Order: sequence, then structure tokens, then C-alpha cells
Amino acid sequence: MSNANVSAGAPPPAGTPLLSVRGLETRFFDDGMALKAVDGLSFDVARGETLCIVGESGCGKSVSALSVMRLLPPPPASRVDGTILLEGQDIRALSEREMRRVRGNSISMIFQEPMTSLNPVVTVGYQIAEAVRQHEGKSWAEGFERAVEMLRLVRIPEPERRVKEYPHQLSGGMRQRVMIAMALACRPRVLLADEPTTALDVTIQAQILELMRELQEETGTAIVLITHDLGVVAEMAHRVVVMYAGRKVEEASVGDLFERPCHPYTVGLMGSIPELGSSLVEGKGPRRLAEIPGIVPSLRAMPAGCRFAPRCPLATDRCRTEMPPLEEHRPRHWSACWHWERAQEAIHVHA
Amino acid sequence: MSTPENLAPGVVPPLLDVRDLVKHFPIRRGLFGTPAAKVHAVDGISLSIAAGETLGLVGESGCGKSTAGKVILRLIEPTSGSIRLEGRDITTFGDGDMRSVRREMQVVFQDPYSSLNPRMRAGEIVGEPFINYGMGNAGEREDKVASLFRRVGLRPEQMARYPHEFSGGQRQRLGIARALALGPKLIIGDEPVSALDVSVQAQVINLLMDLQAEFGLSYLFIAHDLAVVEHISHRVAVMYLGKIVEVAPKRALFGAPQHPYTEALLASVPLPKPGMRRARQTLKGDVPSPIAPPSGCRFHTRCPYAIPRCSQEEPLLHKVGEGHDVACHLR
Repeated sequence: MSNANVSAGAPPPAGTPLLSVRGLETRFFDDGMALKAVDGLSFDVARGETLCIVGESGCGKSVSALSVMRLLPPPPASRVDGTILLEGQDIRALSEREMRRVRGNSISMIFQEPMTSLNPVVTVGYQIAEAVRQHEGKSWAEGFERAVEMLRLVRIPEPERRVKEYPHQLSGGMRQRVMIAMALACRPRVLLADEPTTALDVTIQAQILELMRELQEETGTAIVLITHDLGVVAEMAHRVVVMYAGRKVEEASVGDLFERPCHPYTVGLMGSIPELGSSLVEGKGPRRLAEIPGIVPSLRAMPAGCRFAPRCPLATDRCRTEMPPLEEHRPRHWSACWHWERAQEAIHVHA
Repeated sequence: MSTPENLAPGVVPPLLDVRDLVKHFPIRRGLFGTPAAKVHAVDGISLSIAAGETLGLVGESGCGKSTAGKVILRLIEPTSGSIRLEGRDITTFGDGDMRSVRREMQVVFQDPYSSLNPRMRAGEIVGEPFINYGMGNAGEREDKVASLFRRVGLRPEQMARYPHEFSGGQRQRLGIARALALGPKLIIGDEPVSALDVSVQAQVINLLMDLQAEFGLSYLFIAHDLAVVEHISHRVAVMYLGKIVEVAPKRALFGAPQHPYTEALLASVPLPKPGMRRARQTLKGDVPSPIAPPSGCRFHTRCPYAIPRCSQEEPLLHKVGEGHDVACHLR
């Protein structure tokens, strides 16, 4: 298997991150105004590990993934700063041509909307075979063989027949499987999945999540899973990054995050989701959901100090003027909050 | 507030009573548009909602839950069956009679972006029903709109703004204010919180529940998010391929689901509790096409417990507990 330019040497020693992002900043330019969609994001993901990035619309989670993949509109429309190391190599230094070899080969991406990301006028087999041909220099015949093999791997029934079908002939769940098959066809070491199951029904979501876990166990792929669904996070993540208004506000192992969240935003998110089985444990009626008052700030008018302060029940004058740094408050548990020790009280204020 | 779960059945006539509702969409082919097949979107469902009660209607995409809501609202004509609102059979009402019905039965749609006229000011959108029904003079109408704005958590100053100036959650509040304007008894919500971020979704769910307590509203709450439906509903009906397969008070449905499909749905929901991943039997395959639904029990092609009878004979809804009906040969 040809590895293009990346990772020509020995595999990284255990514990070394496959993908390491440092100080990622993504700006969009609109009417001469610079809008910073991602502001100083850092994260690592190791072989066989799943890192979930959680946050609500507009927090910068999808833009971060697109920045890593270099799939944003080129300058002057946008500008990406920071370091992106893939297996130790700085992929921001690569030319566009070199980057094309990395994409889909060492690092792949799955999008939320399979219908808009698949080419509607060619068969799914062709689309997978094309990637294999491009990246591994295989023949069409070998490419189609791999396509059938990949469709079988993602549990599509009758792969020999399906490989000749067009995207519109497949159901939503099958299209998402085809996306995964395509993303995994060249056995990437890192997979970025942006809300891969959000558009799917729960029974299909369960199948896809299980499939991703099984494939990870088989291939050791590092997965960065972007989602807004805390249920998906709890099931899939080893570690979690919580983003708010373009910044990382908390990072921890999944167990630690759910057990002892150290940021009022994380606490608020957890309190605002109704829980399955709620009717079974409570005597009289459902609890009132915790609300996070207000809305996410606009990129054009970011509050000074902590960006969550205008919506935070714990906010003090300091929060409104001074940005809290991301600090390791407990082993391997970081949060950016002046009042992290009281974060869990944030829920009671509105409950 | 009366809790419908405690009402003895038959004491109070239901606010909404739907019997054997069917909606088939013909698929026309060829030069003369001969109907070649039909989509069995809703295929004989019955349900009732009491005053002050929320009935949740759940199911996966294509199960017919949204079509059911639109047929009940008479936005789509039913193929057959009956819809009674407060005892009146509205199934064959003409436009004139429907005008009075619409005051009592309102709708909130999923997409707050496409269900508000972008050229109208927010105050005009919410106040339009008063003009349509010739209620009050301009000053009185403005006062009413202002109080509706306050009630749904918007500021009266925002009446002069256009829909694009509002956030998604605020737009959904506008939709709710418009639905409330004429003092309806029943609101049909078609995925009313599905497009919202979770923190905003909580605000809108709390608002809907507060309004129900205050005005004694009934809701038909159509959604695919089972945790949200459990939270907001008193009773829940589960649809699969145009049929209701199970209906029960929520505690029974979520605590002891009887239909294999309900079981599978509940087991598929990822829980926000790390380390609690359940040993689940994931359903195989996709929902079959509603153009040619499977024979017998429509779920038999995906059911882990199916026996030969399931593919031959359609199971009917039968009682398995208080207010708990299920359509399965095995229960």
C-alpha cells in the first residue's frame, strides 16, 4: 500500500497522536471584516481512539474539520492558521497537489448529507474505484473489486448488485454506508466524521455507529466524531472536546466529562436534554428541563471576556472582562472557566 | 390541571377522535396518468386525544406520522375514515365550516425558516389570524399581539422586525404565538423542536408545557426523538409503515414496550451515560417501501421474533393493559 508522502517511516510509537492540531484559527472574510469561526483550537487523536467534538450550531466544529481537510474556500475568502500534524508531518506545508494525495488516503471525511456528497451521475462502485485508482494506482478492475469488498464490509446486502447502482437508488442509510465505504476504501489512519448519523433514523443510526466501532477495532483508525448528540458521545467517545463560539471550553475523558463536568456550558447542555426513561423514575410528572437562556453570540459581536458569560448563571464581573484560559483542573481534564469548581451548580439555578 | 392518565375511559368524550384514517397517494404513470400504484402513507389509524392531553406520535421517516397530522388538519384530504373534533365529524366539512374549525385546531411546523412569510413583520404574522377572523380594531389587535409576544418569551418591541432578524428558537416562538392567537383547543406540532439546538429546544419544550398547563391545550406531538416525546407526552402511539403498532400511557410504553418494533426503537437510542451501552439487537435493513408494504404484519421482514403467521395474517390492535394496545400476534 502506497502511503503517498505521509508516514513513509515507521509507524508512530504507541501514544503518539496520529493527528495533532495546535492553535487552529479559521477566519472568514466578509465585507472586509474578519470573522474568526475557530479560535485557537488544539486537540490530539491517537490510533484506535475516538475523539468527539461536541457543540451547537455555529460553534465551529464543522469548520474545524474542513480546515484540517483543507476543504474551505481558498484565500482570500478564508484563512487558516495553526499547526496540523498528521503522523508527525505538517500537512499545512503541503502543496495542493500533495494534499490531494493525503485526502482520502491518510485522512478521510464523512459528511452529514450523503446525497449532496455523492456524485449522482456515476455508480457508487465507480466512485469508490476511482478513489482506489487515484490513491493506490490500481486498475479499474482492482478498484471495482475493492468497491465490492468495501460495500460488504459496511454490511450492504448484495454488494455485487449494489456496486452498479446510482446514489438515488439507495436508501438514506445505505448512502451513508457508501460514504463510509468510500472514506475507508484506502484504509485511512484518521477519519473525520461530521454528524454522520444526524440525518438518519435511530434504528439506522444504531447500525452505523456499531459499524464504525467494529471497523475501528479491525483497522485501528483514529476517529474524530463531530456531533451535537450527547447520547452518541457517551456511546462512541474515548475523549471529548466541548466547543462554544469557536473555542474549546472543556476537554476530558468521556467518563470524567459526564461525571464531573467543569464548565457551566457543558453542565447546561447535559441538563437541557430530556432523558429516555424519565417517566419511569419520577413520581410526579417530568422534571423541568434546564434552559440555557439566550442564544449563541454572533461572530460579528463576540462578547469580551468569557464568551459564555452572557448566558451563564455563574457569571461575575471578571467573566465579563477577562477571558478564562483553558487549564488542567484535574488530571487530563481541562476547562476554561473562572468558576470551574462551582460549574455543577449551574444546573440548579434554572432547574 | 386534570391529568388525563387518571380519567376513567369514556367519562369525558375525547377532544379529537380519529377512526380508521386512510391516506393513499396514487402514483400516476403514462400518457393519461393512469394510477399505476399507490403509496400507503396512512393505512387505517385510529387515535383519540382528551382535553389537556398530549399524545406523542413517533416513528421513523416515511412511517406516515406527518401525513397523519396533515390529514387530521384537513390540509390533505383523507382517502377514507373519520375525524371528529369535539364530537363534530369534520371529515367532509367544506371551506366555510372548516374556518370555524381552524380556530380550534392549529399547527406548528418543524421548520421555522420556511413557515413564516419573510416579507411580513413579526407582529403582522402573529396578528394575521385576528384580521382573517375580523377580530377587534387595530389598537386591540396590537395589544393582543403584544401580550402573545410576552407570553411566548419575545419582547413586544420585536413586533416590527422581520423573520430573518430572529434566531431559530425565536422563530419557533413566533410560530407558537401565531398558533395560539385564536385560542385553539388542539395544537398539532409536526416535529416542532427537531430543528433546534438542544439548549434552545429545552426552552421551547418548557414553553409548550407551560402553555398547556395555563390554557388546558391538547397536543398531538409528532416527533422522532423518543426522549423528547417521553418528556412531553401523556400517551404515546408508535407508527410503522402507515399503521399504529402500539399505543399506551407513556410509563407503560417506555417501561414495558410490547411490540418488537417499539422495543427495537427504544434500544436504538444512544443514552447520554458512558459505559451504559446496551447489548442491543440492532434491526437489520431499512423500512420497506410503502408502495408495496409487506403482507401480514408489516414489521415481519425486520422482526427478530417473526413466525410464519406474521407474514400471512395482519395482527390487529388489541388490549394488553389499561389503555395499552398492541398489534402483534405474539403478545
